[in-house]
Amino acid sequence: MMKSTLRRVTPQIVILALVLAANFLVFPGFFHVEFQHGRLFGNLIDVLNRGAPTALLATGMTLVIATRGIDLSVGAVMAIAGAVAASAVTGGAHWTLAVLMALAAGAACGLWNGLLVAIFRIQPIVATLVLMVAGRGIAQLLTEGAILTFNDPGLIRLGAGTIAAVPTPIWLWIAVACVTGLVIRRSALGLLIEAVGINQTSSRLAGINARVLLIAVYLVSGLCAALAGVIVAADIKGADANNAGLWMELDAILAVVIGGNSLLGGRFSITASLLGALIIQGVNALILLSGMPVEFNLVIKALIIIAILVIQSPRVRHSLYLLRASTGPVLRERPSRAAPRTRPEKGQS
Amino acid sequence: MAMPEPVLHARGISKFFPGAIALDDVELALYPGEVHALLGENGAGKSTLIKCLTGAYTRDGGTITLSGTEIDPRDPLDSQALGIGTVYQEVNLLPNLTVAENLFLGRQPMRWGMVDHRRMRAEALEILRDYGLEIDPGRLLDSYSIAIQQIVAIARAVELSGKVLILDEPTASLDHDEVQLLFSVIERLKGRGLAIVFITHFLDQVFAISDRATILRNGRVVGTRRLADVSQTEIVTLMLGRQLEAATHHRAQSEPGELLLSLKGYGKRGSIEPFDMDIREGEVVGLAGLLGSGRSETLGVVFGVVAADQGKAELRGRPLRISNPREAIRNRFALCPEDRKTDGIVGDLSVRENIILSLQARQGWHRPIPRARAEEIAQHYVKALDIRLASLDMPIRLLSGGNQQKALLARWLATEPELLILDEPTRGIDVGAHAEIIALIEDLREKGMALIVASSEMEELVAYSSRIVVLRDRRQVGELTGHEISTKSIVEAIAAEDAA
Repeated sequence: MMKSTLRRVTPQIVILALVLAANFLVFPGFFHVEFQHGRLFGNLIDVLNRGAPTALLATGMTLVIATRGIDLSVGAVMAIAGAVAASAVTGGAHWTLAVLMALAAGAACGLWNGLLVAIFRIQPIVATLVLMVAGRGIAQLLTEGAILTFNDPGLIRLGAGTIAAVPTPIWLWIAVACVTGLVIRRSALGLLIEAVGINQTSSRLAGINARVLLIAVYLVSGLCAALAGVIVAADIKGADANNAGLWMELDAILAVVIGGNSLLGGRFSITASLLGALIIQGVNALILLSGMPVEFNLVIKALIIIAILVIQSPRVRHSLYLLRASTGPVLRERPSRAAPRTRPEKGQS
Repeated sequence: MAMPEPVLHARGISKFFPGAIALDDVELALYPGEVHALLGENGAGKSTLIKCLTGAYTRDGGTITLSGTEIDPRDPLDSQALGIGTVYQEVNLLPNLTVAENLFLGRQPMRWGMVDHRRMRAEALEILRDYGLEIDPGRLLDSYSIAIQQIVAIARAVELSGKVLILDEPTASLDHDEVQLLFSVIERLKGRGLAIVFITHFLDQVFAISDRATILRNGRVVGTRRLADVSQTEIVTLMLGRQLEAATHHRAQSEPGELLLSLKGYGKRGSIEPFDMDIREGEVVGLAGLLGSGRSETLGVVFGVVAADQGKAELRGRPLRISNPREAIRNRFALCPEDRKTDGIVGDLSVRENIILSLQARQGWHRPIPRARAEEIAQHYVKALDIRLASLDMPIRLLSGGNQQKALLARWLATEPELLILDEPTRGIDVGAHAEIIALIEDLREKGMALIVASSEMEELVAYSSRIVVLRDRRQVGELTGHEISTKSIVEAIAAEDAA
């Protein structure tokens, strides 16, 4: 089991290593980690910490994409969750209650998406687009258009605090990923989700309750997004309905894709998606550390990501395969495109 | 009888596909003002012939003459310009344009460089009247029923070509009244001297509207008949190529056991007419009928693929409601669907995962089958059914058709069903696997399982069925038991004149 997982994520590990090495080249102190005031500091810790929202979103998104769906609403759900938590604590609620309310809001959003996709059979991209647009509006209504600040230490600790010297967000995303991964792989959920993603008709006829599974994955995605939203709000001590989680859905999808998971659904690896999220965060760090003018950031990020995707494309992988095969002892003859015609028995015309 | 010159005469048409002869020296003559049915089972070569005539395929031999001159259409557009129009089952017009726009697309009347909508609409109205349609040509095509859309497609094809009209399964998605509407249009066109080719699986419709029929089997013409001169039995015999005298291979079998499932007036509107069916333990109920006769639909309502909307079901005397496959599986039903690829296998999952899938689905997600147990189950069936594979971990899509079918059987046998439903269990698999699956069916029956098997292979049904239910036009038309079971009686039951 362990061995096959390792083989599955090898490309992502190699790419992550390359990105980190590039970071080291532009900034030799990249791997330096310091212990100060009871907290670990360093660029590597930053990558893990800042990557938390993307990693959380990618966890839920992996499951959604495995069912051949997509969840565009996660960024907006982050904004909603942040706004709910912020308005709850400013309204005098205990921070744990505020977090629970934010998670409930995320679950409700996920449920809504799941119902549209599973019951009303609306295409996932359209179904979740609704909440992507409307969700940010809902968040703005909750914060009444302003940035809703708070100073509840309990809530702030989720974004800016530490546990055992390690920033809390790192604990949170690793914990969520581990719990999700364990539940999925220790139960039959992983198999059933993959079956639904590969062939929904066959799965239904085999007795799988595809509807419930679909609703469940959107629910998980909503919960992950809500937690990410709470972390982002806690980090800046305020809920910014306009900017919290803006375009984060795209980073999450990208993380899943860099993780080598097919957008056509089926086989998935959460580990690979998490590595994808770290790769994206590593690229972000690289651009910052290289001291490039800020204007170049997005363009360079795009170029690096295109390079990563091209390397992973079926075409390049096939060429690499052929290259390896040609140096090996046996190179199988490639079948000719046109099979030979059978004899026209009677030569009439 | 003095016939005019054929308007279209295809001679010696041949078409080869890699490893197969699709059409072999086929002749088809169409006379003006006749409706000519093209008949044959699936794979007989009907579609291939049409595609060769319209230039969709390049033929490998033969000549086509249209009104006396030899033609060589390059593609369907070319043949349309020459005079051969084609209308398919799925209307291939643009639903988001108006009826008039669909009729005139590509040749709209122009005025000062702009489309003259008013004139187009007026002309469209006139054309549609010719077809007996009083509809507003300014409305979107989408807003009309499939039958109307079908007629608009016919009108367009006739206006563009005007000599030969090919109708490929035009009635497949129409109800009774709509079929009558379509037939009235066909009669009108016949009156205008068009030659019409009519392809359908509904034999009653063939006899209702056609003058002659050409029957294809395995890429050859096995006969052209004037329908006034032949019986349905003769046509069916020609289509299936069975000798009606064929000996019965019905084998003796042990007595069936207790009544398992009893269906009364069970049916689903628009899918299968209400039917009664009793299935006992240790019994194979065979479903026979031509393509489109409702075999798969019958199996579908029993298994809850589509929920029955009428009738009652009893399982061992207790009332039963099945509205989806999960409920069926919970009651120990199993269904191996006809289309392995789209409805059966989960291609990218491993053979092992495919085999345990239904068992796992029934156990629920929270009770995973341990890896070792899954391995054991899969291994057991791989051995029992002789599934040839490199590894249990390989994706099932890489297996051959016969081995995929066996793996699917394994999936269902692993759930230890009491009722096993098989839809075309031997289609598209090699001879060896074919015999093994038939042996398996007989073995399961002897062990006391109840089976319902639909198949277009009549010898097969005769060999293993305890009873055979015959279907036609989505309705049960007969049931054969004991000594009555033979291919001859099946064919006769299929072809029997409709009493209703």
